[in-house]
Amino acid sequence: MASLLSRLPVLKQLRQSVGLQRGMLVTGLVITGVFVLVAVFAPAIAPYGFAQLRGADGPFGAQQPPSAEHIMGTTVGGYDVYSRVLWGAQTAVLVILVAVVCSIFVGILLGLVSGYLGGWLDRVLVVIGDAIYAFPSLLLAIVLSIVISGGQSSLWGGILAAALSITVVFIPQYYRVIRAETIRIKAEPYVESAKMLGASPLRIMFRHVLRNATRTLPVIFTLNSSEALLTLAGLGFLGFGIEPTAAAEWGYDLNKALSDVTSGIWWTALYPGLAIVLAVLGITLVGESLNDLADPRLRGRKRVKARSGAVSMTSVDTTLPSDLEIRQENA
Amino acid sequence: MNPAESVVEIDDLSVSFATDHGAVKAVDGVSLRVARGEVLAIVGESGSGKTVTAKSILGLLPETATTGGAVLLSSRSGDAVNDVVALDGARLRAVRGSDVAMVFQEPSSALNPVFTVGWQIAEGLRAHRRLSRAEAKREAVEILRTVGIPDPEVRVNHYPHQFSGGQKQRVVIAAALVLGPGLIVADEPTTALDVTVQAEILDLLRRLRDEFGTAIVLITHNMGVVADLADRVAVMFQGEVVEQAEAHALFAHPQHDYTKRLLAAVPRLGAGRLVAHDRVAPDARGRAEPAGRPVVEASGLVIDYPGRLGRRGFRAVDEVSFRIGAGEVLGLVGESGSGKTTIGRAIGGLTRITGGSLRVLGHEMLGFSERRFKPARADIGFVFQDPAASFNPLLTIAEAVAEPLVIHGRAASPAAARPRVDELLEAVQLPKGYGDRYPHELSGGQRQRASLARGLALDPTLLIADEPTSALDVSVQARVLELFAELQHDLGFAALFISHDLAVVDLLADRIAVLHRGRLVEEGPGAEVLERPRHEYTRRLIASLPVPDPVEQAQRRAALAALG
Amino acid sequence: MTTALLPSDAPSPVAPTPKSAGGGLGRYLVVRFLLIFPTIFILVTLVFLLMRTVGDPITAAQGGRLTADQLQERIHAAGYDRPIIVQYLEYLGQVFTGNFGTTISDNRPVTEVLLTYGGATLELAFYALIVAFLVGIPLGLVAAAFRDRVPDAVLRVFAILCYATPVFFAGMLLKLVFSVWLQWLPVAGRASTRTELAMQTLDGKTGIYLVDAIALGSPAAIGDVLSHAVLPGIALGLLTAGVFLRLVRTNVIGTLGTDYVDAARSRGVRESRLVRTHAYKPALIPIITVIGLQIALLLGGAVLTETTFEWKGLGFQLAAYLAARDFVAVQGIVALLAVIVAVTNFIVDVIAALIDPRVRY
Repeated sequence: MASLLSRLPVLKQLRQSVGLQRGMLVTGLVITGVFVLVAVFAPAIAPYGFAQLRGADGPFGAQQPPSAEHIMGTTVGGYDVYSRVLWGAQTAVLVILVAVVCSIFVGILLGLVSGYLGGWLDRVLVVIGDAIYAFPSLLLAIVLSIVISGGQSSLWGGILAAALSITVVFIPQYYRVIRAETIRIKAEPYVESAKMLGASPLRIMFRHVLRNATRTLPVIFTLNSSEALLTLAGLGFLGFGIEPTAAAEWGYDLNKALSDVTSGIWWTALYPGLAIVLAVLGITLVGESLNDLADPRLRGRKRVKARSGAVSMTSVDTTLPSDLEIRQENA
Repeated sequence: MNPAESVVEIDDLSVSFATDHGAVKAVDGVSLRVARGEVLAIVGESGSGKTVTAKSILGLLPETATTGGAVLLSSRSGDAVNDVVALDGARLRAVRGSDVAMVFQEPSSALNPVFTVGWQIAEGLRAHRRLSRAEAKREAVEILRTVGIPDPEVRVNHYPHQFSGGQKQRVVIAAALVLGPGLIVADEPTTALDVTVQAEILDLLRRLRDEFGTAIVLITHNMGVVADLADRVAVMFQGEVVEQAEAHALFAHPQHDYTKRLLAAVPRLGAGRLVAHDRVAPDARGRAEPAGRPVVEASGLVIDYPGRLGRRGFRAVDEVSFRIGAGEVLGLVGESGSGKTTIGRAIGGLTRITGGSLRVLGHEMLGFSERRFKPARADIGFVFQDPAASFNPLLTIAEAVAEPLVIHGRAASPAAARPRVDELLEAVQLPKGYGDRYPHELSGGQRQRASLARGLALDPTLLIADEPTSALDVSVQARVLELFAELQHDLGFAALFISHDLAVVDLLADRIAVLHRGRLVEEGPGAEVLERPRHEYTRRLIASLPVPDPVEQAQRRAALAALG
Repeated sequence: MTTALLPSDAPSPVAPTPKSAGGGLGRYLVVRFLLIFPTIFILVTLVFLLMRTVGDPITAAQGGRLTADQLQERIHAAGYDRPIIVQYLEYLGQVFTGNFGTTISDNRPVTEVLLTYGGATLELAFYALIVAFLVGIPLGLVAAAFRDRVPDAVLRVFAILCYATPVFFAGMLLKLVFSVWLQWLPVAGRASTRTELAMQTLDGKTGIYLVDAIALGSPAAIGDVLSHAVLPGIALGLLTAGVFLRLVRTNVIGTLGTDYVDAARSRGVRESRLVRTHAYKPALIPIITVIGLQIALLLGGAVLTETTFEWKGLGFQLAAYLAARDFVAVQGIVALLAVIVAVTNFIVDVIAALIDPRVRY
């Protein structure tokens, strides 16, 4: 079990990290952990429902400043800000999961096949993927959410609409990364050697290329999660999100808070906005740290005291000057 | 000798690095000194700490390094001595370039691609002296002329990619020389170059010493280069200097065991014939004149790489004809760009041929069809150049060696193939337990032996080995070559052995074919090609190869000069 | 929020790299130019097909307000009852001749909408890019020079915060602090009514307020326009600045590890110069290519920023058409933006190629 745990991507990197990098990774993991926990336990933590307008003592009232009953105040629509911030985490996590999981599979498959086989299929897919990639994803997500839900949204309808529109936008990103990796790996001697042995393309793709090409996925996964969150918020802000009665969504709340700001009402905007910032910050910190740790050039190391360390006789994958490539042969 | 006569004195130098696996000590208590106008060669294999030692003379170690001891560097005039280890930013900068300069291994990466060479040389000047742009440029032109760049007035404005590899290295040397430092540290200055170019660069370095009195610390793994240039030699092993001696003395009477082993491991031109003669058993010698059809037969072979987007294509192999008989080892020799690797790939069915004929085990490769060729693949083994990259990092060695058995239906699964895999690993002298390791847990030589095991898994008729030892250290190379020879003798497979190193090919090959720019310039039995080369290019190639013996090398140098 | 932080901030795989094209710069430029067309074609087709799966635009825009017969009549008149392929080909032909359709809600040609509002978006993008360059590139160099030390960590968190803060939230915070509480800067809009009226009188006005205000020659007008631009410019600029910072840092760290930087160091060149010159210029080529891709991020962000600050540009207008369910307008604007993105990316790639001496010579 312990060895299995140590092979989980994040844990391995956590052990590898040092100093500031470790600080960033740990901070990111903690924030992300809180975010996920809040999402899971929102029904238990939130004092009110996300669409609740009245308590035991009657209606909450609109735009009430923070008080004992409503620690973050109420919105222009008369909802409790604190509860909607908590419930919003749930919506965000659901959208991220659906969006990233859907795009990851399609993107990987397309990237693998297109990169490995090449030819006209590859060229066509690349041009399409690039065209979409270079286009503002928010605009595309808007168009797609019109197509998928026509703008009106139930909970799952809204979540699916948001998630699927993000999915389509993300597929080209996974496609690009996996395709580039596939093309790189295709030229590696171990793939050439499999070819020389007469292994079938399918065997090569799945036994040799796929697993090596997907090593960077944890990084992309986290970075795309934060993008998904921001796209969801952007959609909500432009009025293509989920109706307030169907689910809590931070972008929608910010949209409604836009006019509040002008009249100096800060609590309706501040808290949902901070929730977005924190969630994205946490996930991005994890992704960035993983990215650094995956790249030897960017990985930091502890400094050592002079004359410490044995002259190593083990053969390890070091990333030191070639001179330190350590061998056993002479022993 | 008193200290003022030495340009640098290294005293009890230690360097440690922080790695993912904790601290690693790279250099341990090294003491060395270099006199004015002297060439000190630091020799050692990878991991010996020679490059780290050299870089510490300029204080160029990465931030992960921690240094102890002292490196006392004298200025050119001899009136100032600085301890580089203790110097801080500004004073370290003042020393770099003016007292000591560096020449790098890979000239293409040592020059910034987006600045002209003149700008880069002038930059070093302007970092130390107050000069106008025009004056700096004038000096850059002069120094380019000194290192033998033709038309320096024009070339000074060119970008690095407009120079050939050898010329780039001259530019790097010019940039090092321009401030007239008393010492130049040259880190494997010829390793990235072809032998014929190597000879020219070594001549240039010799001129620096003779004409400018520049001392040189020459870092190299190549004993031939040492014999060619060095006055004195320090042998490093696992972070320590194990032996120091005058070059002649060291080659004639090595003292330390490691030095002896190192020298013994160096393949020597001419030594191969004896070995080859011993190796070929009487019955195999009979096979060397095969009655049956040859394993590989190329006639008028042409391989073009198509140009992209309407650009003209590139002809990698041009009208090449040769044959490999059953049980015969053909050595294919050539410098970079000669087309030798392309031919190997074509025989393995990785590159399509575009003209002529190439028959491999009876299959015509013109109009190649993967389906028809697949059964023949079981009879072809291969060993690639880079042992680190030729294994899928996610498969164990046993799984990788089992691949050919599984693909060709000799075993149902990697697990079922295990007995045969263990047998193969034993044949290449790897402990059985190594099958369960991952490639990165093996050393380069071990990986290459595993690679050989994989190549031989199906008991092939033909083995293609593309530079199988060029990524390895000499002593490791010697053992891999030995193993190769033994296995070839026992199993009797035919082989195409591709290498840039004539001495290595000489050790193994029955016949040698020399390629030059896609054309086959000479082909024949090993002894004949090496002793009585007919083609002028072969002669130059042989003469350029430095031999690990200073006396003999001096004679060869004269002979090469005579060749022009 | 396109692709801001993907690990492989690699140049486009389809666009031929200058080196792969061979035959020098001229051929590369031609090939790269021709590539604009399939890109536009694909996006226009994609948007057309997607929008049509919703149904015809007239029902979408005016479904509730008209009777079934009136609706039918309007649909027939606009030709939306013809086979989709016929409509598609007709649309392609129109796009080819620069006609992106006519809006349903206010019956204006989309190209006219662009001419009216494009200047405002251009102006906003210009301010944002200035902020992004001034903040992102120097700070990226500083972070690279101090890698893994405190300034680096602070700057990286700053970069992530820039990216993690949605532009509209950043905009709202800025508004709250500087406009509502401190009352230093205007809350919204591109200029005060007085300035706008003054500019109306101008002959040959560009719609780019800064240019118009300068043409007007009134320092008060210039000051007014600039004071309106500060907050939107910062909100949108910081988003991109975060991306630039990270991009510069990563690429410069990459080039700092190369032999040629070590070689320059061995010649006694100062560390700060190594970062600014030796590492920066080679890093600039990939940076510029990726900056091209950030145009998408900027445009997406512009839609949100304009909505937040009632900055009456294309994005603001797009949001308004979206609210009105005017899908012809949406389709037209989106298709037009596709053209702009494709052309901008072409220009950026050309600049990157021109900087690279390996392509020039």
